[in-house]
Amino acid sequence: MEEMKDVVLEYVIEEYLEDEDEELTYDTPLISGGIVDSFSMVSLKRFLEAKYKISIPDEKASPEAFDSVNKIVELVKEFVG
Amino acid sequence: MSHIGSYEERIKNFSWSISEKELGYKDGDDLNIGWYCSDRICEMGKADKLALIWEGLGGVEKKYTFDDVRINSNKIGSFLQSLGIKNEDRVCLFMDKIPELYIGFLGVLKIGAIAQPLFSAFGEESLHVRLDNAETTAILTQRKHVGKVRKIIEKSPYLKHIIIVDHDGKKPLKERELTFDMETYKEPEDFKIFPTKAESSSVLHYTSGTTGQPKGVKHVHYSLISQYLTTKWVLDLQEDDIYWCTADPGWVTGTSYGIIGPWSMGVTQCVLDTGFSASSWYNFIRKHKITMWYSAPTAIRSLMKAGDDVIKEYDLSSLRHLASVGEPLNAEAVIWSGKVFGHEFLDTYWQTETGSMMLTNFPDMKIKPGSMGKPFPGITAAIVDSKTFEPITDTGKIGLIGFKPGWPAMMRTYWNNEETYKTKFKNGWYLPGDRSTIDKDGYFWFVGRDDDVINTGGHLVSPFEVESALLEHEAIAESAVVAKPDEVNMEVVKAFVTLNPGYEIDDMLELNIMNFIRKKLSPLAMPQEIEYIDSLPKTRSGKIMRRLLHAKEWGEDIGDTSGLDDDE
Repeated sequence: MEEMKDVVLEYVIEEYLEDEDEELTYDTPLISGGIVDSFSMVSLKRFLEAKYKISIPDEKASPEAFDSVNKIVELVKEFVG
Repeated sequence: MSHIGSYEERIKNFSWSISEKELGYKDGDDLNIGWYCSDRICEMGKADKLALIWEGLGGVEKKYTFDDVRINSNKIGSFLQSLGIKNEDRVCLFMDKIPELYIGFLGVLKIGAIAQPLFSAFGEESLHVRLDNAETTAILTQRKHVGKVRKIIEKSPYLKHIIIVDHDGKKPLKERELTFDMETYKEPEDFKIFPTKAESSSVLHYTSGTTGQPKGVKHVHYSLISQYLTTKWVLDLQEDDIYWCTADPGWVTGTSYGIIGPWSMGVTQCVLDTGFSASSWYNFIRKHKITMWYSAPTAIRSLMKAGDDVIKEYDLSSLRHLASVGEPLNAEAVIWSGKVFGHEFLDTYWQTETGSMMLTNFPDMKIKPGSMGKPFPGITAAIVDSKTFEPITDTGKIGLIGFKPGWPAMMRTYWNNEETYKTKFKNGWYLPGDRSTIDKDGYFWFVGRDDDVINTGGHLVSPFEVESALLEHEAIAESAVVAKPDEVNMEVVKAFVTLNPGYEIDDMLELNIMNFIRKKLSPLAMPQEIEYIDSLPKTRSGKIMRRLLHAKEWGEDIGDTSGLDDDE
């Protein structure tokens, strides 16, 4: 669980965080905080699916479900066997 | 009673001089949008009225009166002048929706310079192409975006000043960088607004076409005449309204109706500078008692998708008037908004080049859900034949939308591209590139684009630009980009690619390509789907047939394929 959190956090920092000085935590709002926009959410979803060999249905991939690393991990756990 | 009153009466008695008189403008006078949107409002006795209520992440709020806007825009203008920036110089505004963007826009205009707002999510390549084309002298940006500017600085010799508006002093500045703090910068004592005239350049917005690089759409200060009156008659802003335009000033709606329209009327507006979520948007309306809301179909459909239950958690009774722009607003969304908000979103049709609304639904007019409405008074609109460019009089017949040139906010040219500008006019009509029908009552109904440009979430994406960027990815040999239907965004980008030898299809490669485009161009341009094929369909002369791929995505008839290499 902790490992998944760190993997997702690291990926978000690496791929989406533009402000190098901004500190990102597991609870930092990603979508409502403007760090990941709705278009970029598609690539984040694709990353999770590829990394964890899962398929997240579109109706589950809401801005609310992707709004923090903790929420994303909760969502991914639903689909990881 | 709405400002417009009877549409039919307005049509009969219309002249743009109505707007000129209300603004106190006479032919030959100085005309500076920066002055009209701040100093004039203060002179009208509204100096202490709130102009801007800004909210950022975590509910942080900042408020500015019209006098604050006047003073702070003078500060920015004065600062730019101190750097030697003068009238007609291009100054880029590359920021999130922070107060410095809105107020800085007026500051740039006040010194007679040309404001070049760019969407802050643009990647470095998109930024460079646009700065390069405009030979931009200075860029106002934020700490979080300066990294993208640094990546292109070496190939941008014309860019003399990179101004960071929120520098915290923690990291050293680099070549050509300097800081500006709007709050602490000393108010200039003898700031003089540059005496721009009606035809002086004001704003340069970039838009994408099917081929070639993005085009800089040049507007002039006289555009105010259209923007003021359309704001008044369509958005129907009243003295005590609290207005919210959700558009980013990196795009034309965000400047024409997110700055110029409301502030030239002296109306209070709110700005929410956070990402999208249904609950945060509804809470924003509740908290600030928004009365007039101008948004976009993609946002409206996203709200529909979030469901009706969340709406019940918020008191949205302050809303009295809603409008939409960016792409066609589907009938379902219009009907839904009437049901859940008690007011229907009125669709408005216009584009970067037109500078102001052209076809719209008006307050108190019978709404036909799914229609773009009727021409704004003073606008002569028709459906014209795509070959002869003669007006089509048959109702229901598909043709190109055409407008008779001459309204105040019409673009004056494409920057350094007069040749392409001229191609937009046929047989005396300006052609925005969209197909439509007109019904027996004179309502216009959108059919589709007349070219390959992709309208995603209300923003135009050039397939050519994405295809070119894809070819820079090491794995890709050939690429073709088309629009794919999308429930929320109307269209999204889909790429067809062939791979270079040694590369194999897998999920990580696809993700890598998506992120490559997202960072290079923008999240809007990122393909939401990539399809790998052995070869792309081409004409005998080797041109990629996007038409075939587009037809496949939309389930349309492929049409004549006799020119294809691979045709059997």
